Amino acid sequence: MSDPLELTEIPERTVTSAALPPDQRTPWHKVVHNDDVRRLFACVIGGFVLALMTGPEGDGINMLSGVDGALRFPHLGICLALTVGLWVLITVRHRFGERARTASARVSALPARLLPNAKFRGLALVALLALAIVYPAHLNGYWQSVLVQQVGIYVLLAIGLNVVVGYAGLLDLGYIAFFAIGAYSDAFWTGALPIHPPANLNPFWVIPIAIATAMLAGVILGVPTLRLRGDYLAIVTLGFGEIIQIVAINLQGVTGGAIGTGTIRHFALHVLGINYVWGLDPLPYYYLLLVFVVLALFAFHSLEHSRIGRAWAAIREDEIAAEASGINVLKYKVMAFAIGASTSGFAGTLVASQIRFFEPGDFTVQLSILILVLVIFGGMGSLPGAVVGAAVLEWLPQYLHVHPLFGFQQQDLYIYFGAILILMMIFRPEGLIPSRRRRIELGLAEHGIGTADAMTAGASPSEPAGLP
Amino acid sequence: MTSAAPLADGLPATSPEADLLVEVEKLTLRFGGLTSLSQVSLTQRRGEILSVIGPNGAGKTSLFNCLTGVYTPQEGRIVFHRRDGRDISVVGVRPHRVNRFGIARTFQTSRLFNALTTFENVKIGVESRSRTGPLGAILHLPHTRREERAANARVRELLEFVGLTHRAATLASSLPYGDRRRLEIARALGTGPELLLLDEPAAGTNPAEKGDLVDLIRRVNRDRGVSVLLIEHDMGLVMSLAERIVVLNFGQVIATGSPAEIQQNPAVIEAYLGAPEAPAEGAGDVAESGEGA
Repeated sequence: MSDPLELTEIPERTVTSAALPPDQRTPWHKVVHNDDVRRLFACVIGGFVLALMTGPEGDGINMLSGVDGALRFPHLGICLALTVGLWVLITVRHRFGERARTASARVSALPARLLPNAKFRGLALVALLALAIVYPAHLNGYWQSVLVQQVGIYVLLAIGLNVVVGYAGLLDLGYIAFFAIGAYSDAFWTGALPIHPPANLNPFWVIPIAIATAMLAGVILGVPTLRLRGDYLAIVTLGFGEIIQIVAINLQGVTGGAIGTGTIRHFALHVLGINYVWGLDPLPYYYLLLVFVVLALFAFHSLEHSRIGRAWAAIREDEIAAEASGINVLKYKVMAFAIGASTSGFAGTLVASQIRFFEPGDFTVQLSILILVLVIFGGMGSLPGAVVGAAVLEWLPQYLHVHPLFGFQQQDLYIYFGAILILMMIFRPEGLIPSRRRRIELGLAEHGIGTADAMTAGASPSEPAGLP
Repeated sequence: MTSAAPLADGLPATSPEADLLVEVEKLTLRFGGLTSLSQVSLTQRRGEILSVIGPNGAGKTSLFNCLTGVYTPQEGRIVFHRRDGRDISVVGVRPHRVNRFGIARTFQTSRLFNALTTFENVKIGVESRSRTGPLGAILHLPHTRREERAANARVRELLEFVGLTHRAATLASSLPYGDRRRLEIARALGTGPELLLLDEPAAGTNPAEKGDLVDLIRRVNRDRGVSVLLIEHDMGLVMSLAERIVVLNFGQVIATGSPAEIQQNPAVIEAYLGAPEAPAEGAGDVAESGEGA
């Protein structure tokens, strides 16, 4: 079966004898041959599984307490509603597939139609920016800190990874290692580590140092490994992420080991008679972050539409043709990798100074994967996609966590992310707000033209230009 | 038409020693136990259209891949005499460097950037010579803008030259076959080559497109002063374009000469037909045959 949804049917066979929905026209033993009914089954069972998995934890004394709590009404109801809703979606898609597709295409084209020219688009951007400036001031402290620590930082990280994964097509699973390098640079230069720097600096001055350090690390890691093709690069970067974390834990004399760093200084500005210190209040940090995010967005947008962005697109599509057209493939890959690394390092500095303390346990592989999920969810190679993807996926869990009806638990986060990713790949593989080039590449790949299989552009045809 | 003149005598009037463009000397390429090229030697003169022919598997594309740095031959040397007087050894040089030296190529199965437009495809070739770095690109420096304007003008000129101006905004993936071939040539020309390697440019084109292609290759050679090294199975096209022909069989050069000489060469006839008898009839077949052995 080509339909990937059939995967969800696996549990169906074990429960056919359980309650069957009434279907008058078909004898009971043939009911399961109806695709819609089979899918409904799968979805209902999926709902129960979801309820069990996301329900409260059980305890050692009363073994069934977890199951009990999970199958209570509001929780089970929400899970069932979700999965049955999914069933409705699938059924509609099957029944009215063509119409649904044109409708979704129309929705995708809506921004382009509403904003036909650059002037309107600029106005919309200014309006969005104004909203981003004014609105957070009216939020309470909790949401302000969510905006900084969850949304803002992850938006910055996502647009940085987007350069590596989306533009250059390199799968980087050790992205968070550069974040760690930036954070430790900050800790070192502000004197929060056991070893002391030549001079204690204001975090503002650490930013260029941290960026340069992370970039250097990116180049050192990139030059030998970017010769490798897609899958190998992913493994090497995965290993690099682990190495950085383990080094940070074991190099106690330098990093403070597993206990973490000392107190890191806040950002402070002492120029031209202005004396301002970014304190514990999240709002000033939000604005600082906003400035940097806007600058990064501008920079990456310019890059995407420059000679360099085109060279990345060429490499992503056909490395051999790119080389034959005079593009130094290694150089451009290292460039993308280093730009991503420096963005990550930069974000690390900001976070370190804002939360003032961190430990090696903060830089897990999971975090690298999470940022990758944000980029994929938003749409690889698309800046608005990365921003919206990161903002939505970081904000939503917080909202669901606080909202009394959902009672969402943080430790379940990755279950939902996994589910979202699966659904995304089925229904909208190009992401929430796909880039034009990427969408075309995916469409072509589905028709067997080109090698744009999601992200491993490096894995283009292995045999150079065909044997004789 | 002056093309008939070299076809008749096969050798231009100028002294061949003075005007060499490429010298390939005793090139040997092996893949494990398989010898793809063995002691291949050939020369190309500046401004010449040279054609490499041979049955399937004779090593033509391998030769191209050696010339463009995709493969590194085990033995032999390839020297490229640039117009500015520098002599460059191509062996062991990475493909993008070779391209930078002035050798551009197209591929047997055209390899365009399918998700990009015709314009962008050519622009990537043109821009590989630009100097704009990431900082210039981010900050939109005046130098960057000037370079971009120059690149756009050059792309437009090239599209005009190959006759694809009306397709500038079309995605490469939706171009018809003949246009894809032209686009590949335009992209290669964008890198400003002295030597253009064409790997079976006429494969899969219809007779009308083929005629246009012959015309285009001739104009590339004559108007732009680009030397052309051509691999082609279509004998009609080879005979009408090439000033000299090199014949490969089983990785060895079995004949070199003018089209007229090659048509009479018994070794060539044998390689193509695999039969020593009836040479007179065979010669005619070589000239007509579409796909060789």
